[in-house]
Amino acid sequence: MAKPDFAAMRDECLQLRNTIVDIIHGAGSGHTGGSLSSVEILWTLFGHVLRYRPDEPDWAGRDRFVLSKGHAAPALYTVLAAKGFLDRAELTSLRKAGSRLQGHPDMRKCPGVEMSAGSLGMGISVGVGMALAARLTGADWRVYVLVGDGELQEGQNWEGLMAAAGFGLDRLTVIVDHNGVQLDGPVDEIMPLGDLEAKLAAFGLAVRGCDGHDCASVLEAVHWARSQDRPQAIVARTVKGKGVSYMEGESAWHGKPISPEDYAIAKRELAGT
Amino acid sequence: MFGEALVELGAADERIVVLDADVSSSTQTKLFGAAYPQRFFNFGIAEANMVSAAAGMAASGLVPVVSTFTLFIALRAGDQVRAQVAYTRLNVKLIGGYAGLSDFADGASHQSVEDIAVMRAIPHMTVVSPSDITTTRKALAAAIEHDGPVFLRVSRDNVGQAYDDDQPFTIGRGIRIRQGRDVTLVAAGPVVGLAREAADRLAAEGVDASVIDLHTIKPLDADLLAEEAGRTGAVVTVEEHNVLGGVGSAVCEALCERCPVPVLRVGLPDHFGESGAYPDILARAGLTVDAVVAAAKKAQAMKAR
Repeated sequence: MAKPDFAAMRDECLQLRNTIVDIIHGAGSGHTGGSLSSVEILWTLFGHVLRYRPDEPDWAGRDRFVLSKGHAAPALYTVLAAKGFLDRAELTSLRKAGSRLQGHPDMRKCPGVEMSAGSLGMGISVGVGMALAARLTGADWRVYVLVGDGELQEGQNWEGLMAAAGFGLDRLTVIVDHNGVQLDGPVDEIMPLGDLEAKLAAFGLAVRGCDGHDCASVLEAVHWARSQDRPQAIVARTVKGKGVSYMEGESAWHGKPISPEDYAIAKRELAGT
Repeated sequence: MFGEALVELGAADERIVVLDADVSSSTQTKLFGAAYPQRFFNFGIAEANMVSAAAGMAASGLVPVVSTFTLFIALRAGDQVRAQVAYTRLNVKLIGGYAGLSDFADGASHQSVEDIAVMRAIPHMTVVSPSDITTTRKALAAAIEHDGPVFLRVSRDNVGQAYDDDQPFTIGRGIRIRQGRDVTLVAAGPVVGLAREAADRLAAEGVDASVIDLHTIKPLDADLLAEEAGRTGAVVTVEEHNVLGGVGSAVCEALCERCPVPVLRVGLPDHFGESGAYPDILARAGLTVDAVVAAAKKAQAMKAR
């Protein structure tokens, strides 16, 4: 894999953000805030971490990426298109009848989607199953799961984390898109996660944080994860709605349609310099 | 028996893995665990996690057999079953043990009288409820052979052997145990035995009853049901399940469209189970030979009107 050009990645992430806002605006609905917060994480994974073959999405040797926070589908689709799993023109079909790009990812419709998602809190468990399968079959691929922080209120996550540690799944990496905001408001106000890193550590994971909007920081954390002898959690500090000033940190932008006026402002802000 | 059958199947197919949630001593999957420790995973008391993990395994090419008490699959992990096993059409086999009232002494908290309603309403799900040792063994093999999600509802008790070893068994094809002229008794699960006995009693009273083992509730053998309804003109269903949404409902749905005839449903009349000796609580729930015989006569009378 080519040495990362982090300056170029910053520009690429800006482009991804533009596309995400375009397609959600075009769809008339969709989850902008949590899509924009996960851009650098996804771009780093698909750019410099995951092994895959866009022309052979079911290639047995691929690494598995599970998007647990399925509402970030627009971000995942945009990255999949940028990496050749999808024709970019198809992105405008998001959320439209007959589209492969469902409101939440459908693994039977969209190439590159490893697991259908939407109902929250299930992805870590899926990753546990995949990592167990890899170990049983002697495969060398790894499993990465991206979860939201609000999503961690679902108890199943903690069942999954317990199992990850209990089964000793050192090839499972959980990344938390810690944007601090959920649909109804700030996570800390709706139902606080408390000391998240301490909780993850107490469940038996190796834990560290990173700057979720800095590809270099994300990549460094993933490299650290791969050297651990137990399952890992990376708490990526992010901003919900990152890149569009009026969306940043605003729970209203969890899933609000983008009006033409707001769209125009967003596009100006995302025009770059 | 179920545990031993699983061990046999495991010998023939290395893709088979077994998952349990701290009830492997009850469900007898511990036998598989003893035979193939590498392929046995006890997830502890965490059914939702277990079902989602099974989806991850199936997505990675394994054939996971998930085993726990029926209600924990159909209800506790119902969202996981729907979202990650059925919607995804993954090759996961869900084995619900202790179905119906068969966990008799533990009471309503452990008994499952809603699972058929839930599972058959989920797209892509196949729902099978075998009635004896032979058909349980064959249903398990057929479920593993089948490409896609299957829910297998099995009883706690040793249900006995009602069929010969060479009894054919095909998912989606009911078994006509006897063919009669006057009324058709349709049952699924161990209560097929009640239907057999009821047919004997009815025969002694001059009523010629068909008995259908409707072991597959989805996809439903509508052809067989329509043929029976057309010939006898009256149907009684028998199930160890709430009469709302279960076998009787499925039969009614099919016959309304194909061959409307009177259908009377014998099962739990929309109430929960309770603790007690198995025969006692079945009787208190209305699941008796007498009740089936009475329903058969009533259904017969209804068609005469």
